[in-house]
Amino acid sequence: MIELTDIRKVFNAGNPNEFVAVRGASLVIAQNRMTVFKGPSGSGKTTILSLIGCMTRPTSGRITVSGREITSLPERFLTEIRQRTFGFVFQQFHLLKGITVLENVMLPAYPSGQRHLSLREKATGILHLFGLSAKMSSKVEWLSGGEAQRVSISRALINDPAVIIADEPTAHLDSKLSLELMEILGALKREGKTILIASHDPLVSESPFVDLVVSIRDGLLKEVEERK
Amino acid sequence: MSRIDKHRNILDFALSSLLRRKRKNIALVIMYTSLIFILASVIFFTEAIKREACILLENSPEMIVQKTMAGRHDLIPDNYIRSIESIRGVQSVRGRLWGYYYEPTRRANYTLTVPEHFSYGTGYIAIGKGVSRTLEAGKGDLVPFRAYNGSYVSLEVADVMTAESEIISSDLVLLSEPDFREISGAPGGFFTDLGVRVRNAKELPVIADKIRRVLPDTRPILKNEIVKTYETIFDWRGGIVMVILMSAVFAFVILAWDKATGLSSEEKREIGILKGIGWETSDVLWLKFWEGAVVSLTSFFLGVILAYVHVFLASFILFEPVLKGWSVLYPEFRLVPFIDPFQIMAIFFLTVLPYTAATIVPSWRAATIDPDSVMRL
Repeated sequence: MIELTDIRKVFNAGNPNEFVAVRGASLVIAQNRMTVFKGPSGSGKTTILSLIGCMTRPTSGRITVSGREITSLPERFLTEIRQRTFGFVFQQFHLLKGITVLENVMLPAYPSGQRHLSLREKATGILHLFGLSAKMSSKVEWLSGGEAQRVSISRALINDPAVIIADEPTAHLDSKLSLELMEILGALKREGKTILIASHDPLVSESPFVDLVVSIRDGLLKEVEERK
Repeated sequence: MSRIDKHRNILDFALSSLLRRKRKNIALVIMYTSLIFILASVIFFTEAIKREACILLENSPEMIVQKTMAGRHDLIPDNYIRSIESIRGVQSVRGRLWGYYYEPTRRANYTLTVPEHFSYGTGYIAIGKGVSRTLEAGKGDLVPFRAYNGSYVSLEVADVMTAESEIISSDLVLLSEPDFREISGAPGGFFTDLGVRVRNAKELPVIADKIRRVLPDTRPILKNEIVKTYETIFDWRGGIVMVILMSAVFAFVILAWDKATGLSSEEKREIGILKGIGWETSDVLWLKFWEGAVVSLTSFFLGVILAYVHVFLASFILFEPVLKGWSVLYPEFRLVPFIDPFQIMAIFFLTVLPYTAATIVPSWRAATIDPDSVMRL
């Protein structure tokens, strides 16, 4: 379970360009559910995902992940939680060019100290699940948008995280590929993963796999809609 | 899960990262290798030649006494031996016969020396490897020498010498006293100079002073003075090359500085992604460390190996005119390989460490960014 209590996030505090991205957000996200944060650009969706995913710290407030308060943890522990608990799917995919699909997928697990061979087997298995076996040795720059997105999801799964965080995952996909992506995320939810998505795409928020839709505007949680 | 596997994984990625920027990194390795090659060549050469000089002088007497005439070296009469022997503290005095022989057809200069005990006798010579190479002569061959009066003296090669130092033996022709006098025209009762051995080395300056007083037309030369002169000459020559090298060093410093002051936007983006997918700041720094270490160690070893080949197998061909130009050494000789581990360490610390540090510093700055910046890339 993930719990946010009165979270506030201010960028460039004290400077003329000070910006309040999140203003006192409180929310409880149960595990094994798919939650969508929807809202216009600049509403604070991505910031909330970053805060939950231990990528940045809140200016004030508390976040607990599986009962553990994470806001006051030093960077090392925060990174450890990020590595073990969260898998990230970015808007721009953020795959590293010049290296193979397989290496991209293995990359998040390198610092964990797993044996290269077992890591390779694991990554091969994930790519096989996503129908990317034939592309394993290809460079990522040769992939289509849909393939790149699936590689990005495969990479998010390499550390077997409990939570998948996806930021605008359909931004660069057409409708068909977007629906395919939601199918994949739905399947991951069925496997027991918690899925958190930031998106302003109706194809995402209206997907039948979604359990909770949180509307955000100007850094405030406006509406929390339970689907089932 | 282990630390070794972690580093193996990171090193593996560092290697593929380097291969991604193949052209840039190959150019870097070439430049870096050239710098280390030049540095190591100069250091290897100056040290090896200084060592050769020391070996050369190891068995020479503590003091050499030359007779001078109008400031020039002149033959010394044998009655000087008795005068010097009578000075207290002198152990022995030996008249030495040596000189140079120019062979116009081969355009080579040999050193003719009469050793203290020449076992082969009159009519025979023992020659150094260099002489043997130049003359294409081996054991049993007859070598004609043109004497001072225009006549020819043929001597048989009894031995081709090998020695710890090629400088000692390379241009050397050992022969008997009668043959030397016949070729050079040195009259009986005269020597080239005198080698003086003393009982107590501490008394050398006093004895030298006494010799100067008893025989005012002589010049005593102490062994340690010769050693110092050699060292100064080669240190100075090494210094000249080093000054020329400064431009290369500066170019390298600029390159390192360029690396230290900025990463390309692509590199920064990659660091952001690595942080975003769960790498710690220290993991990123390890990656950059391995990248820097692979480049600098590859260049270091390549540079040192090439320098070794250049100095000890290719006779220092690129810088020969600068470093050996003070006295043309005929015939060609090869330096005996000698490497001081301290110098290797010095080159290592002067090049590998600064470069590796230069690759880590900017990455450290980039790696301390909040991983959430990747969400906004």
